Amino acid sequence: MLKKLAIGAAFALALTPAASFAAGGGEQHIEDFQFSFEGPFGKYDQNQLQRGLQIYTEVCAACHGLQYVPLRTLSDEGGVGLPEDQVRAYAAENFTVFDPELDDDREARPTDHFPANTAAGAPDLSMMAKARAGFHGPAGLGINQLFKGMGGAEYIASLLDGYTGEEKEEAGTILYENSAFPGGWISMAPPLFDEQVEFADGHEATVEAMSQDVAAFLMWAAEPKMMARKQAGFIGVIFLTILSVLLYLTNKRLWAPVKGKKH
Amino acid sequence: MSGIPHDHYEPKTGGEKWLHSRLPIVGLLYDTLMIPTPKNLNWWWIWGIVLAFCLVLQIVTGIILVMHYTPHVDMAFASIEHIMRNVNGGYMLRYLHMNGASLFFVAVYIHIFRGLFYGSYKSPREITWIIGMLIYLCMMGTAFMGYVLPWGQMSFWGATVITGLFGAIPFIGESIQTWLLGGPAVDNATLNRFFSLHYLLPFVIAALVVVHIWAFHSTGNNNPTGVEVRRGSKAEAEKDTLPFWPYFVIKDVFALAVILVVFWAIVGYMPNYLGHPDNYIEANPLVTPAHIVPEWYFLPFYAILRAFTGEVWVVQFASFITGGIIDAKFFGVLAMFGAILAMALAPWLDTSTVRSGKYRPMFKWWFYLLIFDFFALMWLGAMPAEEPFATWSLIASAYWFAYFFVILPILGVIEKPTAQPETIEEDFNAHYGKAGGDATPAE
Repeated sequence: MLKKLAIGAAFALALTPAASFAAGGGEQHIEDFQFSFEGPFGKYDQNQLQRGLQIYTEVCAACHGLQYVPLRTLSDEGGVGLPEDQVRAYAAENFTVFDPELDDDREARPTDHFPANTAAGAPDLSMMAKARAGFHGPAGLGINQLFKGMGGAEYIASLLDGYTGEEKEEAGTILYENSAFPGGWISMAPPLFDEQVEFADGHEATVEAMSQDVAAFLMWAAEPKMMARKQAGFIGVIFLTILSVLLYLTNKRLWAPVKGKKH
Repeated sequence: MSGIPHDHYEPKTGGEKWLHSRLPIVGLLYDTLMIPTPKNLNWWWIWGIVLAFCLVLQIVTGIILVMHYTPHVDMAFASIEHIMRNVNGGYMLRYLHMNGASLFFVAVYIHIFRGLFYGSYKSPREITWIIGMLIYLCMMGTAFMGYVLPWGQMSFWGATVITGLFGAIPFIGESIQTWLLGGPAVDNATLNRFFSLHYLLPFVIAALVVVHIWAFHSTGNNNPTGVEVRRGSKAEAEKDTLPFWPYFVIKDVFALAVILVVFWAIVGYMPNYLGHPDNYIEANPLVTPAHIVPEWYFLPFYAILRAFTGEVWVVQFASFITGGIIDAKFFGVLAMFGAILAMALAPWLDTSTVRSGKYRPMFKWWFYLLIFDFFALMWLGAMPAEEPFATWSLIASAYWFAYFFVILPILGVIEKPTAQPETIEEDFNAHYGKAGGDATPAE
């Protein structure tokens, strides 16, 4: 019960909203990492997402679920982009789901979702990159979010890389000092350490690099259609701009005689 | 329909005459579309079209979203993610609907403040103004209930706080709150009825919009000078006006297109900027968010709600003379609704006979201060309830009421208005020169 309360309290502290000052305690430090998906033309880095998936599977999935993410979307273009047979193998190897028809557990299939995982009381990570704002203010004006973005991915990366090594015990729970977490103390033990994961492509596996990889993966998990959305945004803006210009000229010509101008 | 003399629809062919004598619908559309409109309308007059567009956008995207949404506490949050991930173009539909609400409120606030500056609320347009205020109230109700539907943390806690306002009504408040929620707390019954009403209210708004348009088609549009269109004869009226089609339709649609460029860029590139991160966490009755913040368009009135705490002497006084019936919480609720009521009463509070703020040298500055006050309240509404924000909120709230209940009545008496143009034609020609006269170089 006490543990639940402590987790609840820690969780509540994490819910500092966009439009308010950071909660009391230590000053939050969120590093403004440069992710490949930022900006109007930014794209997800497929290799980075695959590394992130590997870290999620080998480390995060022990405590956290991704219950809203369908496994089949791992083969979607513009995202992780695994071939379909690999997705099938990945699902079967790593997850089991309860099948009400069999009345038993079976290996997961691409049509299933990543399983939920609430065993350790850890929050689901499906929308984590959208459920946290890395950047606030200044003074609740939202200007930082306007220029830097909401910063959910930056928050996650900063958090994973933000452990100072200090810990303390409070109400029977060990809390770990973290420079990115609101309030400064988090109940999640440092999850990453150097060379924890071995990447097939030999990419470096420092805590800093892995933090960014998994943050990028979680951004994809939260917003899998980001590439398509930006494309729709770009096309829409171009077409609406052309329409505006045409309407401007039409309007000008229409009013010219009334305003006593030649046309 | 309009009081301004103009050409009416004349059925010409046999078929047209046949239809016209049975149902004069073409005539109705013709008269509506060809309404004589003051030709000096400036760019502040384009927001009506934007609002009409928003209503259609919200209804169309909303109806499609409903096809994929499940109003149940166990499934609502997941069904939104289903829309975002599995429905073809679902993410665009939802982001358009989310941000469409914000565009709707941007437009309605500019539309309202335009009316406040140019005196559009004054006789004979009080009914148009009151209907407009009713539309605005319905919009707030619709937006609030719509925000509950995704069943995120802010949905749940926002609903808890706002329905709690009704609980502040003395004696019967608690029963009303339970009745509204369908139970002792926000739960499945609440979600279901909010869903039902969120679907119903837009059509109420659509009906009110028809009446709103009908009303100002009867009185004619106001205009930046506030001077009425001459109605002595058709020839005279034509000097002051142009038909709505094509002149104002094209102008308004051009403005709409420019606004949509910005809107589309926000939807495409930063769709969650105006939202709250907490709403991507599923509703949890056991975990209260650190700060419960409503959507940006409610913040000014939320600030007024919170400004009147038990430490304010006015509140203590009200509590004392009513024997504690009006406590701080209820006072706050009254203040919030009073702030909106104050706007609705503007036609009777403003004693000045001059409509347009352009010709009111003192009014202008009080009006600009009101705009500043509005933004200040919006900002304060998002701040935590602590000093110095509490005091600032109180000052800003006080000014809101002072503007309507003190400044508007007094200004009409003491202010000396500057010279107004005799006619709309005169104002228009002062800007553009006489038609066919001193032409500026061709394009």
